Amino acid sequence: MSKPSDLVQGTLDMLILKILALEPLNGWAVSQRLKQISSDVLGVSDGSLYPALHKLEQRGWITAQWKASGNNRRAKFYSLTRIGRKQLEKETDDWNRLSAAISGIVKLKEA
Amino acid sequence: MTFEQWFYTLPLRLRSLFGNTQVDQELKDELRDHLEQEIQENVARGMSAEEARYSALRALGGMAQIEQQCRDMRGGNMIDNLVQDLRYGFRQLCRRPGFSALAILCLTLGIGANAAVFSWVEGILFRPYPAVAHQERLLALAGTATGESGATETSWPDFLDLRRSCTVCDTFFVSKITGSTLSIGDRAQVTTGSIVSANYFDAIGVRPILGRGFEPGDDVGRNGHPVAVISYQLWQNRYKGNPQIIGRTQRFNNVPHTIIGVAPEGFYGTFVGWAMHFWVPASMEEVFESGGYKLEDRGARWIEAYVRLKPGVTRTRAQEEISAAATRLETEYPATNRGRGIKLWPLWQTPFNNAGTLLPTLEIMIAVVAFVLLIACANVGNLLLVRSFARRHEMTLRLAIGATRARLLRQLLTEGLILSAFGAAGGLLVAHWCRHALVLLFPARSGVAMYLPGEMDWRVMAVSAGICVITTLIVGLVPALQTRNLDLAGALKADSTGVVGARGRAWIRSGLVVFQVCLSFILLVGAVLLLQSLQKIRTTSPGFSTTRVVETGVSLVAAGYDVPRAKTFQDELIDRVRSLPGVESAAFARVTPLGYGTYSSTPIAVDGYEPLANEQPAVDYNQVSPAYFATLGIPLLSGREFTRTDDENAPLVAIVNQTMTARYWRGQDPIGQRLQVKGRWARVVGVAADSKYESMRELPKPFFYVPLLQDFVRGPALNIRTTQSLQTISAALINQVHALDGNLALYETITLQEQVDRSTSPQLVAVTLVSILGGLALLLAGIGLYGVMSYAVAQSIRELGLRMALGAGTANLIRLVIARGMRLTAGGVLLGAAAGLALTRLLGSLLYQVSPRDPLAFGSAFAVMMITAIAACLLPAWRATRTDPARVLRD
Repeated sequence: MSKPSDLVQGTLDMLILKILALEPLNGWAVSQRLKQISSDVLGVSDGSLYPALHKLEQRGWITAQWKASGNNRRAKFYSLTRIGRKQLEKETDDWNRLSAAISGIVKLKEA
Repeated sequence: MTFEQWFYTLPLRLRSLFGNTQVDQELKDELRDHLEQEIQENVARGMSAEEARYSALRALGGMAQIEQQCRDMRGGNMIDNLVQDLRYGFRQLCRRPGFSALAILCLTLGIGANAAVFSWVEGILFRPYPAVAHQERLLALAGTATGESGATETSWPDFLDLRRSCTVCDTFFVSKITGSTLSIGDRAQVTTGSIVSANYFDAIGVRPILGRGFEPGDDVGRNGHPVAVISYQLWQNRYKGNPQIIGRTQRFNNVPHTIIGVAPEGFYGTFVGWAMHFWVPASMEEVFESGGYKLEDRGARWIEAYVRLKPGVTRTRAQEEISAAATRLETEYPATNRGRGIKLWPLWQTPFNNAGTLLPTLEIMIAVVAFVLLIACANVGNLLLVRSFARRHEMTLRLAIGATRARLLRQLLTEGLILSAFGAAGGLLVAHWCRHALVLLFPARSGVAMYLPGEMDWRVMAVSAGICVITTLIVGLVPALQTRNLDLAGALKADSTGVVGARGRAWIRSGLVVFQVCLSFILLVGAVLLLQSLQKIRTTSPGFSTTRVVETGVSLVAAGYDVPRAKTFQDELIDRVRSLPGVESAAFARVTPLGYGTYSSTPIAVDGYEPLANEQPAVDYNQVSPAYFATLGIPLLSGREFTRTDDENAPLVAIVNQTMTARYWRGQDPIGQRLQVKGRWARVVGVAADSKYESMRELPKPFFYVPLLQDFVRGPALNIRTTQSLQTISAALINQVHALDGNLALYETITLQEQVDRSTSPQLVAVTLVSILGGLALLLAGIGLYGVMSYAVAQSIRELGLRMALGAGTANLIRLVIARGMRLTAGGVLLGAAAGLALTRLLGSLLYQVSPRDPLAFGSAFAVMMITAIAACLLPAWRATRTDPARVLRD
């Protein structure tokens, strides 16, 4: 798999859901947005993005529609479903708990 | 998955299954779209066209891999794989047609036996009346009496009172079996029908297709409503489907009845065992029942009734209400009802039709067919094992190139599913053919054929499908156990040339054979026990002679004889019969022992016997003519027979049996004592030995006899003790009867032995069924043993060759192979004997004076099993001796 090793398991799903929560986008736009907001730190390859999108679609969290894109061509646009929104909330909560716990540990002063 | 999730994902799954190419095309479009946009972006950043393109491709990675990953994510794979497995499985099975046919045959027999028995259970016990509305809420209603086990009939006035007071029942109706000789045109035929309450057709929701059902007042009044509804079959066969049938007159028992309706096709009334062909209202009871007018007699118990509960009412709740009503009747009418209760029975325990008699047999059959199915599964499992061994190479290869173990398991289960699906289809076909076969097992008799249809409804189908799934799991998982060892395939290579009896992987196969032998042994023991019981029943003395006594009768009621005319006729006939050559004696009796007729029961009182507080002693009795005891060969222990002088003008007399003496006179000599019968006092003049009255299996019970002339019935049974053959005497009888009245027909003439045999037919049915299936089980187990031994010999051919080269003779080799087979058999028999000791108790009421642990039964089952096992081992053993040592040692 081309998933980067330093990307925490499942984080990619959450990021995609978060991005799509803002507006429906096509695959290329999602990849651009990922690069922008994470300042290329995560280094998600475009190759691992599409399987992730298809998996989320199969789970019913996002749904796809073929629409006309900017340059007058049909493109596949993904948007968040209701259960996808719930899933995002859940994953965000989990993430917050996890990161709070981890940062708490990391900030411990060495005695 | 939640419903909402399915809402999104189901269309996607279906698309990836059925619109695969389109989905793939869309994926390609999507990825190309991505590339083009990326290239545009790169160009905008200032790259050259070519540079932009390479950069985009690099960023995306290998197109083919991404496409495959996306496809995996789509998850249509499971179904894809299934289709692939099915295709592959079919090819596998077609490649070995012999193996597949044998496996499918085994499963067909196993599943077919199950489906057939379930169709009988469904059609006879659980849903016997498919035409009746809401039969699942029907219950049978019968009486009980303190001190008597089992059910009694109910009286009409009691029925009316119960119906009035019942709040938990939708409906309450009577359906009492009766018979009549119908003559239409030039043919006369005995036909079964029902005496019913007027609400019958409304209650069961059956609408006549012609005419109407009964009207509310039709069951009131003595002989007030001579009307009848006839069955569709009778209408077609006897009246040729004449549409003008309504309003025509038909004589039933010589009384003209107006036909008012024709029942719909496929409606056979509400009686398990016989099809009903006509229905008459209860007001006509006297025409069909002996014993006079009974609609106003609370002491005359003759009806059989059903209730249908209101929805949601349980049987317990209904029973409470009915019992309370019965208690009220007891206090209100102590003379007739003391100690009498009313009980509701589920249909499958109905005491007054063949459901009750067949219940124990069918219960056992369910267990027996389950055994047969398990044995069949073991056989197929074994066959698959042999094959999985042959396919070891294939399986190893598939694992090596990356198949997961789960995937292999799925493949094996799919192959099992194909086999069991074919087996189930074949089994349902077998069951369809056998669904009406139960009746064939009853001994043929003249008169009315029995009617015991099986019912192949969705429930039977569902049970069969369930069995199919279980079978799949069993036959699929057995070879799957084998795949556990596959990693060691290389190391295990040496195993393929093992020695006879080598341990190791053979344990599963041997285990299966031991299991088969064990189950067949249990079935064999059961079959032998049932056979012994039948033998015992048939050889037990009924208390009267069976060989030289014949019985017959003349239907005087049907011929319209009144009492004085019948008396004269019966006197003349008995004189003529007595003077026939070879006739030693002859006598009339209202009921022949073990026949269809039911005895009258009467409340009795005895001087010096104080009944318990809640006891109203009631005893069955029979009306018999002089010389009855001499004719039947029932010994008189003291006192005298009835004579011709014990007539209507003489003092009332009675003869009691031994058990009655013991119970009511505490063993004192009752001769000369008084006995109250139907409210009048009679004098006891004799004591007769106990005999069987209604069933060969009954325990001795109190019983007494009164002279026929003092309690007259028209057309009683005629018993004759003769040295002549049955044919001679029956021909002579017909002559004598016709000499008196050319219009009279004689009932069938049979020996009392025949009567005994007929009364034990349920036993015979049980024996036949268990023997057939026991034989089948034995055959399957034999095949299993043969298979295992053949395989063992084939696998150890090197060892055998070596032994021969070292000088082992034919006898040695045969002994070697057979000894191995015997060890397996002995293991199975030991297990079977242990299980059998616990299980044969379940035969319960089907056994008669045979211990469920009878050593003879276990011994003979052991012998049969051993002989079968030796036979199954002989061919493999012979093949072992044909080994060519030079060849196998060279190879």
